[in-house]
Amino acid sequence: MTTRPSPALIAIAALVYVFLVGPLVIVIGASLSDTTYLTFPPQGLSLRWFENIFEITAFRRTIVTSLQIAFLSTGLALLIGIPAAYALNRYRIQLPSWLSTVFVLPILVPEIVLGFSLLKSVAVGASFPIFVSLLIGHTLLVLPYCVRVISASLASFDFSIEEAAISLGSPPAKTFFTIVLPNVRAGVIAAFILAFITSINDVSTSLFLTGPGISTLPIQILAHVEQFFDPTIASVSVLLMFLTVAVMAIVERTLGLTFLAK
Amino acid sequence: MTQALDIDHLTAHYGSTKVLEDLSLSVGAGELVSLLGASGCGKTTTLRLIAGFLEPTEGTIRLGGRDLTRLPAHKRDIGLVFQNYALFPHLSVMDNVAFGLRQRGVAYAERETRAKAMLDRVGLSPLADRLPGALSGGQKQRVALARALVIEPPLLMFDEPLSNLDAKLRVDMRVEIRQLQRANGTTSVYVTHDQEEAFSISDRVAIMNAGRIMQLDTPEVLYQRPANAFVARFVGFENLIPMRVVSRDGEMVTAEAAGGARLSLSQERFGAIPDAFTLATRPDGLAVTSGPGADGIPATLGLRTYLGRAYQYQCETAAGHLVANGALSTPLEPGGTARLVPVPDQCCVLAAEDGTR
Repeated sequence: MTTRPSPALIAIAALVYVFLVGPLVIVIGASLSDTTYLTFPPQGLSLRWFENIFEITAFRRTIVTSLQIAFLSTGLALLIGIPAAYALNRYRIQLPSWLSTVFVLPILVPEIVLGFSLLKSVAVGASFPIFVSLLIGHTLLVLPYCVRVISASLASFDFSIEEAAISLGSPPAKTFFTIVLPNVRAGVIAAFILAFITSINDVSTSLFLTGPGISTLPIQILAHVEQFFDPTIASVSVLLMFLTVAVMAIVERTLGLTFLAK
Repeated sequence: MTQALDIDHLTAHYGSTKVLEDLSLSVGAGELVSLLGASGCGKTTTLRLIAGFLEPTEGTIRLGGRDLTRLPAHKRDIGLVFQNYALFPHLSVMDNVAFGLRQRGVAYAERETRAKAMLDRVGLSPLADRLPGALSGGQKQRVALARALVIEPPLLMFDEPLSNLDAKLRVDMRVEIRQLQRANGTTSVYVTHDQEEAFSISDRVAIMNAGRIMQLDTPEVLYQRPANAFVARFVGFENLIPMRVVSRDGEMVTAEAAGGARLSLSQERFGAIPDAFTLATRPDGLAVTSGPGADGIPATLGLRTYLGRAYQYQCETAAGHLVANGALSTPLEPGGTARLVPVPDQCCVLAAEDGTR
C-alpha cells in the first residue's frame, strides 16, 4: 500500500524549492534585462551586460585572479590536506586526539578574524606580495574542508588493504598512490569541489588581503555595486555561477575518469 | 621454496606496555603452526611482527636463515591472509591476484597465466573480471588466498581468516586451506581464537596467554596432556582439584583432596607425581554415582543440564565447585548427594597450582 504524501508536506517542499531556486531565477533574469538598471522580470532580452563584463578591465583581471587563486589554493590545500588526513586516520591511536581538532580551527574562527590576522601577519608583517598573501589566506581557508572531507573518506577505508599490498611487495609510498588514493577518490573530488567553491566565493578573508592592482571577483563585484547599479552585477554573478559549475563538471569528469583508468 | 621460520627471544612493546615477552618459536619447513588464544594474548602482535608491520624491541626473526628482523615489510616475501579479506576494492579479481606478481616485475602474459591458474585452483576463474564487492564472503577469502599463494611465498600467514564466515563455510574453508597448504608445502602461521579450528588444521598449536606461549605441541598432546593449569582449562579440563600425597607404595600413590576424599594413582600412567599436585579432569572424567561405595569425592548436586549425550551436574564439594557428567539412564535429582569418581584415563596430573583460579 502506498501512502500519498500529505498536502502540507508537498506545500513545504515546494516552498523550500522556491527559496532555493528563486534567487537564481531572479539573478539570471535580471542579467538578461535590456534596461540600464537592475530589474526583474527582465524588460527586453539582451546579452549586452555580459559583453559589458569583458569591457570592464577590472572584471577581466579579477576573474583571472580568482580562478588562479581558487585553483592554486585548492591544489595546495589538497597537497597538505591529503597527507594530513591520511596521517590522522592511519595513526589515530598513536596521535593525540586534539591534533585533528587543530585542522578544524580555521572553520571555527570567524573569517573576518582570519582575514584580519592574516593581514597583520602575512601581508603587513611578512610583507608578502598581495597575490602570495591571498594564496596563503585561501589555502588556510579551504584546508579544513579538505582535511575533513578526505578524513571522512579515509575513516571507512580498511588499512589492512594497504598492509595487504605492502605484504605483496609494494613499497609504502607506491602503495599510497596505487591503493589508498584510488579508494578515497570520491573524497578527494568532494574536497576539491568544496574547497574551490569556498575559495572562489570568499569575501571576508579576501577583503583584508586584496590591495592595489590585485583583487578577486567577489571583491570587485562589491566595489562595482558601490558605484553602479546596472545589470552587469547580475550577469557577472551568473558568470561566476556557471564558471563554478563548469569547473565542477570538468573535475568530476577528469579526476573521476583518470582514477578509474588506474 | 619452502623455508623454516625461527623466532628467537622476541619482545615487543606498545608504547610502554609490554605485549610480547621473550617469545621463541620455530616453525619447520612445510609445517602449519597455529597461534591460539583469547584476544589480547599477543597472537596477532606476533603475526604483525613477523610480517614487519611492527618492530620488536628485542629478539630476531629468521626465515630460512635470512634475518627479517629489520627488513621492511614489503621486502619480506610473506603471503598474508586477513580476517576481513583486505581485497583491493578498485581492482578486478584477476588484478587482485596478479598484484603481487606485478610488484615482482613478472611480464603481463605470464602474470595472467599464473593468476588464472591460481584462480582455477580455488575455483573462481569464472569470476575473474568481477570486482570484489560483487563476491560473497567465502569467494572473497578464496581470492585472498589465491592472491597470497600466487607469489609462492616461503611463508604464509593467516590472521583469523575464517572469523567473518558462517559456521558451515568455516569448516569447508579450513579444509580447503589445509589442502592447499599441504599441496604447496608452504610453511604457515595461523592465528585464531577458535580452538576447534586450530586443532583441526594444525601440525602444532601454540596456546598463548599474556604475551607468552603457554604450551606448544601437537593438538593430540595439548588435548590429552596439557602441561599447566592454563592450558588445561583452555582445552576443557574444567575441574582442577588440588591434591596432596599421603602415602606411596611402589608405583602406586595415594592422594587426598580437601575434605579427605582419597584417590589411588599409578605413576606408571602419570609419571612421577609430586607431593602436592593438581588433578585435572573434564566433566566427562568425573563419574557421578549414587550407588554404595566409599571411593570418590562426596558432593551435593546443584543444577542439572541436558547435553544430549549425558546429564551435566554442577556440584559442590569440600574440594570446591566441580562439574561432572552422569549417565542418561540414571538421572539424579538436584539437591541430592552423590560421589564423584575420577576416571584415571581422563585425568591429568599437573604441578600444584599457585591458587589463582
